[in-house]
Amino acid sequence: MSININGKPVELPGDPRVSLLDLLRERLLLTGTKKGCNQGACGACTVLVDGERIISCLALAVQYEGRSVTTIEGLAEDGALHPLQAAFIEHDGFQCGYCTPGQICSAVGMAAEARRGLPSAATVDLDADSMPLTRDEVRERMSGNLCRCGAHNGIVDAILEVCAGGGR
Amino acid sequence: MIPFTYARARDAAEAIRLGSDAAAKYLGGGTNLVDLMREGAERPGALVDVTGLPGSIEECGDGSLRIGAAVRNTAVAEHRAVRARYPVLARAILTGASAQIRNMATVGGNILQRTRCTYFYDGAARCNKRTPGAGCDAIDGFNRMHAILGASPHCVATHPSDMCVALAALDAVVELEGPGGRRTLPLTDLHRLPGDRPDLDTVLGSGELITAVILPPLPWARRSTYRKVRDRASYAFALVSVAAALDVGEDGTVRDVRLALGGVAHKPWRADTAERALRGRPVGVESFRIAADAELADAAPLRDNAFKPELARRLISAVLGDLVGDAA
Repeated sequence: MSININGKPVELPGDPRVSLLDLLRERLLLTGTKKGCNQGACGACTVLVDGERIISCLALAVQYEGRSVTTIEGLAEDGALHPLQAAFIEHDGFQCGYCTPGQICSAVGMAAEARRGLPSAATVDLDADSMPLTRDEVRERMSGNLCRCGAHNGIVDAILEVCAGGGR
Repeated sequence: MIPFTYARARDAAEAIRLGSDAAAKYLGGGTNLVDLMREGAERPGALVDVTGLPGSIEECGDGSLRIGAAVRNTAVAEHRAVRARYPVLARAILTGASAQIRNMATVGGNILQRTRCTYFYDGAARCNKRTPGAGCDAIDGFNRMHAILGASPHCVATHPSDMCVALAALDAVVELEGPGGRRTLPLTDLHRLPGDRPDLDTVLGSGELITAVILPPLPWARRSTYRKVRDRASYAFALVSVAAALDVGEDGTVRDVRLALGGVAHKPWRADTAERALRGRPVGVESFRIAADAELADAAPLRDNAFKPELARRLISAVLGDLVGDAA
């Protein structure tokens, strides 16, 4: 019974109470993913499961048997930063950095959702096949990731550069 | 949280068998239940994971749409038939929670989520929902988020779901399966008002499992929407929300209407008084206001939510007005 973490199979914990977040941080020492609130309210624990963004603090690890998890540690390839990581640096998308891994994983998931035409609460035409990533769309789609330092403008700039060709 | 056993059900029959233990609870995405278990508000000795049950959205021959209870919230909001034919439901889901939570949360779990009343969550507070007979600290406490309709001296909590408000407006039917067999129930009959048993959120029997939600055909629901008023622009529960669908006749009168309110009661609030006051009336601010007044006539505001009745009235008028202006 295993779960795939950043390409490697990992044994599931015996205790079903262990959250995916605690499995990552405590068992695997992958401390990039952060525990901000442990109740699903802040988004700092966001990781990708089969490319889809989820809240790992509310995810019981045992529910994710056989799934593929990507954490912030798994985004860089061959030592090169993921384009979003580079953009966050360039656009000043973080101050303390605590929300940042969750922001970046969330943005990767968000970009995939937008590419497949998933609407958001900001989308005016629900019937459209796709909707452009405006600043308003990005803000709404990223609203599950809080940033107490207030780095939001840089976060949106970074996301727009990578995901929407500079943004409108 | 207390220790529990975990089992994954492959189908409804296995889920019900595993769930027949009185200490068992069904587990969907875990976005509410895991939190409640950490808070000690829920203490199941066994969790039966029902996320593997049929998770599809099917067209039924008669124009209705059958949504499996294991379908994730995101998938419902994304579905082309939901967006085109029942936009109120897509919009309601999209205003709820966050994208990450919508990806995890199941339809069944959304229906059965529990109130976010802070006194329910606070194990040190008096709460009749958590501990029958303990009292209710919300009634004279911080109650900005609490009920103005259908409450009781024992409980003023609200049901937090947006999806359910849209389902209530659409006359959704819930399919249930349990140790005693199968039955169906209008969604509006599933959740209870608190009365003197606020510890009972729903009428579900022991071991009963939600297997699907059916949206009856409603061609004019293409002209529908959901609007949520809250303290933040996103990722916050409703102060008041409105789900509405409007059918306008060629003579400019209301041929038919569906209206439901969120953030105001222990259950998603179907506004049938307002609906009766609207049918056959000429569309316009005056008719909308009269209907809204009728629906909110018995509103009982609390110390911190006295703004809610007027907010609800204005929101009803505004949403209906917008629907009139929309091309169908």
